[in-house]
Amino acid sequence: MNCIVCVTSVPDTASVIKIGPDGKNIDETGIKWIVSPFDEYALEEALQITEAKGGEVTAVTYGPARAEAALRDCLARGAHQAVHVIGGEATLGDSFTIAKVLAKALEGREYDLILCGNMGVGTDCGQVGQMLAELLDIPHVANVSKLEVGENSLTAGRDVEGGQEQVESSLPALLTCQKGLNEPRYAALKGIMAAKRKPVDKIEVADLGIDEGTDAYYTVRSLELPPPKSEGTIIQGEDDPAGAAAQLVNLLRTEAKAI
Amino acid sequence: MAGILVFVEQRNGVIRQASLQALSEANRQAGGDVAAVLVGSGVGDAAAGLGAYGAAKAFVADDPNLALYSAEGYGEAVAKAVESAAPDTVFFAGTAMGRDLAPRVAAKLGVDALADVVALEKDDDQLVARRPVYSSKAFATVDSGGKKPQVISLRPNVFAAEETGGTAEVVALDGLTLTIRAVVKELLDTGAGEIDVAEADIIVSGGRGLKGPENFALIRDLADVLGGAVGASRAAVDAGWIEHKHQVGQTGKVVSPSLYIAAGISGAIQHLAGMNSSKVIVAINKDPDAPIFKIADYGIVGDLFAVIPPMVEEVKKLAG
Repeated sequence: MNCIVCVTSVPDTASVIKIGPDGKNIDETGIKWIVSPFDEYALEEALQITEAKGGEVTAVTYGPARAEAALRDCLARGAHQAVHVIGGEATLGDSFTIAKVLAKALEGREYDLILCGNMGVGTDCGQVGQMLAELLDIPHVANVSKLEVGENSLTAGRDVEGGQEQVESSLPALLTCQKGLNEPRYAALKGIMAAKRKPVDKIEVADLGIDEGTDAYYTVRSLELPPPKSEGTIIQGEDDPAGAAAQLVNLLRTEAKAI
Repeated sequence: MAGILVFVEQRNGVIRQASLQALSEANRQAGGDVAAVLVGSGVGDAAAGLGAYGAAKAFVADDPNLALYSAEGYGEAVAKAVESAAPDTVFFAGTAMGRDLAPRVAAKLGVDALADVVALEKDDDQLVARRPVYSSKAFATVDSGGKKPQVISLRPNVFAAEETGGTAEVVALDGLTLTIRAVVKELLDTGAGEIDVAEADIIVSGGRGLKGPENFALIRDLADVLGGAVGASRAAVDAGWIEHKHQVGQTGKVVSPSLYIAAGISGAIQHLAGMNSSKVIVAINKDPDAPIFKIADYGIVGDLFAVIPPMVEEVKKLAG
């Protein structure tokens, strides 16, 4: 069972976001780039599936030179090979362009499953997986937190408001993975050493026939920080917690009109 | 038509409030040039009523194979409605269903989609959208440079639903082939009647300060009297005190309720990112220097075990 895992490299979730000089991208100074946390569930699931059933895991990313670190991380955790489509400098990329790039990069590769994270933390779109599935004309199940893979089909649990859809799908299929699916492993030192010798296939995005400039559908006009919050009303409640509680409930009722 | 087509979501025949919000926003933006598309099995009766929220026309795909959601089946139906209506813009409510369906439909139409939009403004002939990025640590304003159609999902509970009166002309969508390879066999109710944090208007969240899983009962008590949902910090979820579906934050759910009460949550940047667009934020924490107080509208510096029980009693008094 061959698995493709699509990963993206994103600012560490602990990053303080500052706006860059162009007013349209973030300031990348001092940002630590990590594999998007949801992609880790995708990779882990692919590793477990191939460990149980055989086959290979190929990690694919689309991003600038720095994104290679994300692929090395995947290789260190156990992916067999990696594909790096070099491009995508814009930090808030266009989902459909990304999907088109990935679809082109996967042409001619054999796979039973494509696994993605449920969204790229940062762009927060959660769209590339569904778009890629449509472009490849395969079924998808998004937001998966439970999975069983059989010979020619799979059963997935997809989280929705207040419930879980039980989905059966034929293969090949694409899944977007959610927390709860598994516990991602860390890379061991041995894996990190081995990763250095594993192949990374590098492709320039222009060689796939995609022009990032003209193909982008949406353009960012501006990127702004949320307006600063004015100082709140803080009640000292150590000595009289019941009094503080009464005062707070009263404020929420009369001033904030929130209850 | 050059206006807006709105995908209206229903489960078991019940129309989602978030879809009525999307329909109302479409009406405000397109001045009556609005159509709805309703997909399901035995849902035809609900279609005409969508006129009350501004739909002049309601396309209906009614088929036993569409009783439960599937991206492929529903996607085909929506694409068919787009073909008939030729709208400039297609709206989806940003629910689990809408966030899944919008990108699949957009790719079918050969265009990009915008997710989780919180504000829209007309500029000449196009809609300019504002959406949170980096879990609301920043906001991006984006436009399509006049390219059409635009496919947009709207964040629930941000746009107002408005009843304007009227009846929609119902148009059946026929000739669907419905090739569905990923089939929903059933919808398990995992909520046990609880309100989901993603949909709640009031959320009471607990964190590490609760000291153990049993103390989530306090959080539940307050949530219950307020008619709200129970949320949690990542620390509480990772400790196994409560299920992941309750997690609010960058790797959980991003929420914007009217009232968010954080008890025993210090306010890691990832948590703040998930809830800082809530309308009113309340913090209850022993540590006066906890970062949560910096974004709180109201707060109590104190022991949550001493503060929450009297709060529950005070709220009960209000209810009379």
